[in-house]
Amino acid sequence: MNKVSSQSPLRILLVEDDESHADLIVRGLEDQRLATEIVHVEDGEAALDYLSKLRDDVPDLILLDIRLPRVDGLEVLRRIRKSDRCRLIPTVMLTTSAASRDIETAYRLRANSYLVKPLDFDRFTTLITGLGLYWTRWNQRPA
Amino acid sequence: MMVEEERETATLEILLVEDNEAHAELVKRTLESHEVSNRIVHVGDGEEALDYLHGRGKYQGQSSRPHLILLDVRLPKVDGLEVLEEIRSHENLESIPIVMLTTSASERDVLKAYRLHANSYVVKPLDFDEFEELMRDLGFYWLVWNQRPTV
Repeated sequence: MNKVSSQSPLRILLVEDDESHADLIVRGLEDQRLATEIVHVEDGEAALDYLSKLRDDVPDLILLDIRLPRVDGLEVLRRIRKSDRCRLIPTVMLTTSAASRDIETAYRLRANSYLVKPLDFDRFTTLITGLGLYWTRWNQRPA
Repeated sequence: MMVEEERETATLEILLVEDNEAHAELVKRTLESHEVSNRIVHVGDGEEALDYLHGRGKYQGQSSRPHLILLDVRLPKVDGLEVLEEIRSHENLESIPIVMLTTSASERDVLKAYRLHANSYVVKPLDFDEFEELMRDLGFYWLVWNQRPTV
């Protein structure tokens, strides 16, 4: 039996300035036991600051909003992909923006995935569970 | 919401690059019965994958831009990581979501795939039921939830 697909819970960095969204995301992931640790920051500069201070313990997954105070999500993504320590971390844009320009830019900057937050509460919760399951159970993390 | 309406009526195209016939059959069967309408183009080696994407060889004159590529690593002629590198170097193809779908769990392959900007790397379960479960979840994630890059 291939045990590889049953992987340990993720260490996640959540970059999200909307309190109610952050709450929903954190609770959704924790309820399903999909994350061992969720670090939540509320703006892009805090995210970059947090990442720059890490050594070996980089997150397994980054959930990144686009519209953020101080440094926006696409700029955070650009910098993550330039950083030797962080450039391989699976990064999922998780944002209200469905603008095609944002989507195209995110992919060109090598976001792994782009998700638009549903307005509907139940769909949002389902999306968080699906997101958590996919990146925990199926996706292989870069070592 | 405009994006969701478009999503529901469009038929999505998936390019499956897989040389193992049994695996290809399983992938096709599980994805084709998915809620989201999709069409799977299956090729058996890396060279044919590139011919298809570039519209050359037996695909001469055809213009193709799949919405998702499922890519094995071990392939005849041109291996999966080379195919990945090639796709990412072409402006008209580089944004297509690519999921490595492979038996290889070798750390070296995983790292190389991420360095070459695969969107995701998935190891095929040996267990048949688990493989089906994977394909159902993978289909949901990449066809329903994930936003496709615009053309």
